[in-house]
Order: sequence, then structure tokens, then C-alpha cells
Amino acid sequence: MTNEDLKNKLTELFPSATFEEGGEFINFFIEPSQWKSCAKELKEKAGLDFDYLFCVTCVDWKTHLTMVYHLSSTIHRHSIVVKVKLNRDQPEIDTVCDIWKTAEFHEREAFDFFGVTFINHPDLRRLFLTDDWVGFPLRKDYDDPINMIKL
Amino acid sequence: MFEEIGTTEDGYMVINIGPQHPATHGVLHLVMTLNGETIVKTEPHLGYIHRSIEKMSESLTYRQFIYATSRMDYLSSHINNHGCSLCVEKGLQIEVPERAQIIRVIMDELTRIASHELWWGAMAMDLGAFTPFFHAFRERETITEIMEETCGARLTMNYICPGGVMADLHPDFQKKVKSFITLYKSKINEYNELVTGNIIFQNRMKGVGYLSKEDAISFGCTGPVGRASGVSCDIRKLYPYEVYGKLQFDEILETAGDSFARYMVRIHEMNQSIRIIEQLIDNIPDGEFLAKTKAVLKLPKGEFYQRVETARGEFGVYIVSEGGTTPYRIKYRSPGFSNLSALPTMVKGSKIGDLIAAMGTLDLVIPDLDR
Repeated sequence: MTNEDLKNKLTELFPSATFEEGGEFINFFIEPSQWKSCAKELKEKAGLDFDYLFCVTCVDWKTHLTMVYHLSSTIHRHSIVVKVKLNRDQPEIDTVCDIWKTAEFHEREAFDFFGVTFINHPDLRRLFLTDDWVGFPLRKDYDDPINMIKL
Repeated sequence: MFEEIGTTEDGYMVINIGPQHPATHGVLHLVMTLNGETIVKTEPHLGYIHRSIEKMSESLTYRQFIYATSRMDYLSSHINNHGCSLCVEKGLQIEVPERAQIIRVIMDELTRIASHELWWGAMAMDLGAFTPFFHAFRERETITEIMEETCGARLTMNYICPGGVMADLHPDFQKKVKSFITLYKSKINEYNELVTGNIIFQNRMKGVGYLSKEDAISFGCTGPVGRASGVSCDIRKLYPYEVYGKLQFDEILETAGDSFARYMVRIHEMNQSIRIIEQLIDNIPDGEFLAKTKAVLKLPKGEFYQRVETARGEFGVYIVSEGGTTPYRIKYRSPGFSNLSALPTMVKGSKIGDLIAAMGTLDLVIPDLDR
């Protein structure tokens, strides 16, 4: 499906989604409460079939956090980017690791570095850092006077 | 309550493999729950070599951060540099000279062969065969010498930079690559005689570490791991970059999904890489090897994503730019990280002795997982 067709189809399916222009992929924002049902639709809806979640990450925008999901279909070879804005003080979002199994590790990584809580995640622990680590290093306001070298 | 240390409530035994274990090829830590010899649960613990390259990259310029990526998957350092350079070039819309494009592709394929050869030797050694390691390193050394002459380094090359490549080819490059191809062709049969056709080896590999096609897609397995389960995921074919679209080569697909299939994919892939190099080595055009770029690179505001095929699978670079000289956020999608997440499913229910045969064919490079 071309980007244009995809966009029409997605607008039809998720009327509340807001699209962002620019970039090579279709970008759209969705509310955290709708993310889980949206993810199910994206995976299962014939014609969309986004079965391959190839990149999950989080970006700290200082006022809020944004979860970024890069999705692709191994059948139709089209890709999209779904973004979800989260409250920075209490970031919470539903897990999608029952839909795409790869999400389990990627979500643990996002929890480790950004402190995003994934509701219903089977094993939400720190992945890279030690369990007693304080703070979330990839947030913009994180400061570590010992390990961080500033030039 | 635990009755004794190392035993769960159900009477299962818990053992640690790693972080210092030769078969993990680095500092991977697996906590295994065993029922006798049968694996009940595998829990990978990461982070022993975590350097937070993503955070470091946020304070490095667009020329500097590429050097850090060589330290992630050090066996595909060329290809990591390549992916990052392509991403920066995509943002700046730099046209790379044709000579540079072809040099990059040749270097990528040489890297792929070197990486697969090291894996082949180490894989056999994990299974108890020591000789293949020396055979593999003998041929790999030839590639490393070719790299050293042109790039000045043997492992972390940092040869590919935004706009092209750092320096021109060494005058002996073509001659040496051709003699390597001749050498390789005379040796690959030796590899197959020594290991591939060995009945003991085949018995240890076949039917071990089975990964279904659905699981491979769901876990995001790419590279030889995905292709051995029948998932067509070669970025060079699906989303061609540089000159890959014009080249003749096959995407190797197997359907068995076991360790032997992953092994065979890599063996055939080396032959395909040789095929690509043969097509290009006599056709390197004259001209510039580096496009003219500004001294300080500034990516426009926006998001850029580039994927390339490393020796381990799909490597992705996601750059979020705010228009400054340094990236606002960088995410590296490393292939090994997703491939490892499939390991607990692959080995569940099998014997502990098969773990190494299954894990060896994932071709894990731990700094690539930990970043």
C-alpha cells in the first residue's frame, strides 16, 4: 500500500489520530488510552497486517515523553510510525508484548532508560542497569556528576 | 522460601551461565532454570558492557558519533558506520560519488565474510571442534590485512564517513581482493568437508533451537536467524541502498528454522558476498571518493531513519534532530538485541547441551546488544 492509501485507511480507522507531515514514513499520534486497541487493529486488520515491530523507543521532549513505535508489514512491505505522548511525571502506557513478542525486551529498555511504566508487562525490571540504579539516564535532566564527562 | 540455594520452590535447579563463559562470546549472563537436564526457563541478563552510546551520541557532532558505532557490533563496524553515514546523508541530502558507493559496498561485503568466518570458527569451537577456528582465522586474516592497508585499522575501521569514505583505496586493493577471492574459493570446500558434512556436527545441529516463522517475525528476528525460518528480511533486497539494487545476488532462505538452517544460511551468504565483490571489483569508477560537505554538519529539524543489513541482521539508526550540530536523540536498533529475545523460546524444553548449539547460531556480539 502506498503512503497515501495508508493514510486514508488509517484516518478511517482511527478518527482521533493526528498526522505529522514530513519524513519517509507515515507518522501519527494516538492517545495512550487507545494505543492497545489501535495496536491490535494494526496487527490484525487485513490489508494492514503490521506484524513486524522493528524499533521501539522513547524521546524526552522536556515537557512530555513520546513513545515511538516503528512498524512494518512482512506481507505488504509498508511501514508506519506510531507515536504516543505521555505525561512526564507519571508515564504509563499499555504493554504490547502480547501482540509483538519483541516488545517485551524493548519495553524493558524504555523502562530502564526513561522510566516509562508498561501496564501488564510480565516482567518489568531494569534490563541494562543494576536494580538499585537511581534515575533514568536517557532523560534530558539526568545528571551523574561521577560518570558523566562534560566538555 | 527457598529450601536451599540454587533451587526453586518446584525443585528446579537454577544455574548461571556467564557472565564469564567462553560460549557466550563476551559478557552475557543467562540464568537457567533446569528440571534435571531440561531447560524450563532462560532469562538473559544484559548490561555488563553497557556504555550508553546513545546518551554519548547526544553530545557528539554528526561527524563524531559515527566512531562510537564501530564499538557496538565490532565485527560489522563498516556496516554500522555505513548505516549512520547514510542516515546523516539522508538528512542533508548529500549525493555520494559513485566511486565511494562502490567502495562502501565492497567493504561491507568483505566485512560480512570476515564476520561469518569468525562466527564459523567460534561456532565449531563451542561445539568442541578446535581446528576450524584456525582455518577460519587464516582466511579472515587476509581480509583484515586488506582492511588494514586501506583503512588503517583492523577492527574498528571508521572508514566510512558522511559524504563518502575517509581515504582512497590502497593501490594494491584490487589485486589483493582478487587473490582473496581465489583463496576463498579453494578453501570453502575445505570448510564444508571439515564441518558441514560431518555427521556428528549435523546430529548436534539438526532439529535444535527451532524457531517458527511466526515467532521469528513476532520477535523481530532478522538476518540469517530470520531467513533460516523462512522470513524474507534482507534489507539489501527489500529496501536497497547504494548500488545493491543493480547487483545480482540471491537472498538465501531456508525453511527448517533450526540451528543447521541458520548455519547453512551463513555459509551460502558468504558465497553471495563473493559474488557481489566479483561484480564490483573490476568496475570501480574513477573520480572523487568523498563529496564536498560543510565542515560542520547541521541536520534539518525532523526525524530520519535508515536501515542497513549487517552480518547479524537489520541495523537501524533513528535520529531525531532539532536543527543543531548534535543529534537530539539517537536510537540504534541493533539486530542482536531482537535476536536474543527469541532465545528463551527457542531453547525451552530442550536439553541444556543443546543450548550452546542454539545460541551459537544466533551469532551474538555482546557489545551490540548492550550498546
